[in-house]
Amino acid sequence: MAVVSEALERRGAGWRRLGAIVADSRDLLGWLFMLPAAALLLVFLLYPLGLGLWLGLTNATLGDPGEFIGLDNFWTLFSDDVYWLSVFNTIFYTVVASVAKFMLGLWLAMLLNEHMPFKAFIRAIVLLPWIVPTVLSAIAFWWIYDSQFSIISWALRHMGLIKNNIDFLGDPWNARISVIIANVWRGIPFVAISLLAGLQTIPSSLYEAAVLDGATGWQKFRFITLPMLTPIIAVVMTFSVLFTFTDFQLIYVLTRGGPINATHLMATLAFQRAIPGGQLGQGAALASSMIPFLVASVMFSYFGLQRRKWQQGGRD
Amino acid sequence: MTEITRRDAIKLGAAAAVTAGASGLIRSPGALAQTSFAPKPEAGASLKVLRWKRFVQGDEDVWTANTKKYTDTTGVAVRVDSENWEDVRPKAAVAANVGSGPDIIITTNDDAQKFPNKLLDVSDLADYLGGKYGGWYPVCDRYSKRDGKWIGIPMGCAGNALVYRKSHIQKAGFEEIPKDLAGYLKMCQGLKKNGTPAGFALGHATGDANCWTHWCLWAHGGKMVDDQNHVVLDSPETIAALEYGKQLYATYIEGTLSWLDPSNNKAFLTGDISLTSNGISIYYAAKTSDDPAMKAMAEDIYHANFPIGPVGVPTEQNLFFNMIIFKYSKFPNAAKDYLRFMMEKEQYLPWQTASIGYTAHPLAAYADNPFWTQDPKSLPYRDAVKVMRDNGYSGTLGAESAQCMADFLIVDMFAKACTGSVTPAEAAKTAHEQAKRIYKA
Repeated sequence: MAVVSEALERRGAGWRRLGAIVADSRDLLGWLFMLPAAALLLVFLLYPLGLGLWLGLTNATLGDPGEFIGLDNFWTLFSDDVYWLSVFNTIFYTVVASVAKFMLGLWLAMLLNEHMPFKAFIRAIVLLPWIVPTVLSAIAFWWIYDSQFSIISWALRHMGLIKNNIDFLGDPWNARISVIIANVWRGIPFVAISLLAGLQTIPSSLYEAAVLDGATGWQKFRFITLPMLTPIIAVVMTFSVLFTFTDFQLIYVLTRGGPINATHLMATLAFQRAIPGGQLGQGAALASSMIPFLVASVMFSYFGLQRRKWQQGGRD
Repeated sequence: MTEITRRDAIKLGAAAAVTAGASGLIRSPGALAQTSFAPKPEAGASLKVLRWKRFVQGDEDVWTANTKKYTDTTGVAVRVDSENWEDVRPKAAVAANVGSGPDIIITTNDDAQKFPNKLLDVSDLADYLGGKYGGWYPVCDRYSKRDGKWIGIPMGCAGNALVYRKSHIQKAGFEEIPKDLAGYLKMCQGLKKNGTPAGFALGHATGDANCWTHWCLWAHGGKMVDDQNHVVLDSPETIAALEYGKQLYATYIEGTLSWLDPSNNKAFLTGDISLTSNGISIYYAAKTSDDPAMKAMAEDIYHANFPIGPVGVPTEQNLFFNMIIFKYSKFPNAAKDYLRFMMEKEQYLPWQTASIGYTAHPLAAYADNPFWTQDPKSLPYRDAVKVMRDNGYSGTLGAESAQCMADFLIVDMFAKACTGSVTPAEAAKTAHEQAKRIYKA
């Protein structure tokens, strides 16, 4: 009995020693605390990403893991007009929608930053488009853009401004612009509320000093607001660009990529090839080909918008 | 309803098989050999079924009632989940890939041909049903068989007939839908002139747009591939089809290039169009509505089959339903038995009747369902499976045909030609190159 209790005591002492070593070592403790986050990233981010990249190098189809075929899927895509059309559509969609969301979002944030009655209520209302599930807002836009039942066409016809309904989604360029407007409507609140948070961190003393110096409204914006906001703009626009570039639901509900592939984005085309088309390898390759664009936009945000010179109101 | 005994059903099935076999309308002669099939469900079996969400309420009501009847009879619990029909496909794909999910999925078109190795061989059940009920229509072999084995049990198809307002075509000078292409075009032009145009989806509408564009292509003798899977799309027949399609498109209501599957239903029921192609669901919605205006419209709604082109035979493309059992199912016997039960005459015919023929039968003997003659308006849907072509026509179904459909290759070829963004010849050439890339890959 005494031997057993002695052994247990020795084991307990061993654990305590180990605990003390870990607790005393800042490095070891740091690694230990990072472990859960690292495991999550590994399982839910790195593994799917790695698997996607690998699938893109195989001829996998639904139910068949396929074989390694090198870059064949990419060469096939690069010779495919529909792929290049989707690349153009995605870039156009992302650039136009992101610029519009930034400008309108910043404008809205500055308005909301002013003193006004029911400020909290109005801020909550502004968030609605962001809160509503994308599919629901997409269905609403589907009705708004309907070639027969559009409320916009109906209103304009009754005002005598147009004779025929507007073909929002039936004409390739109309369709591109229409889906961008829907995306902008949905994305503005995220930009506006995030920038509003940034605006509220700018000390009012800076503006007071500027007023004393006789600065105009534009000068206050150019040399105080914008530089002070730049770090948050970098983060917000990085997310905004990523969300827009990888958009799927809006297009899937509104047009399924039509008409004549005019609104197909890389994400919707990747899905179409991989699941309804059954070509998992090609779908994965298409999705993988989005990565360089996404990395480029992140790089721009971090290494461009976060430049200290810009943040201090200077130029390159 | 008349009580039908098992013996009567066998007699009826055998008689129908002889009749249909003699006229060359059905296949699977070897199937007639098997006349009994009774898989014993595994002890403690329970099943999960994923199916497409009903288009007509009667379908769901009786399907559920039949399922309950099966559970009451066998003790096998069956859970039926429904999804939008286009969302079933991704779920089936995931199930096939990860080897887990529902025991049975009711898929559409050639989904089963994309992962045949993951599916249970149901040849015994198919042979039994085919033998008992007059044989399967030919297209069932194409969609549900692979390498001589049945990998799915055909449920039928959602027939796509022409849905029209009789009073409107009468005003255009026609008593019924012309059976030839020239007359049909003339009627559409008349409808447009009267301000009561036709409307057929030309956006990425998986069901409706594929249906009429494939009909038009095949009616003129054009096709994607030949019997050896060689791409033959760029042909004089295809160009003729596109030129005809362009003339038809000019008679349509504006905006059909953006139409998805629900669009023509909405436009028809609001009176904006007087001719479209659809399942019987438009008529069902009008007929069962409480709105007197809708009821009046139902009186005026009639159906007809698509005109026949120079090829001289029907060339319809319909949405085919295939019931598949995955190999990973722990209860394959129960799954087979459930499908057997649901396909037996005692269950199938009341279900088909309740859904006013939304699903056309795949078994020849079921053409005798009295429902088809009780409401003559539904008759054009009766032979939908019998006359339809599969979407891989005339090659084999598989990954390539599936990708061509998924990419809306035929639909977009028509859309380009119809809108005049390119000439019919250029549209055919571009689509041909795209198809070659897919079939080569």
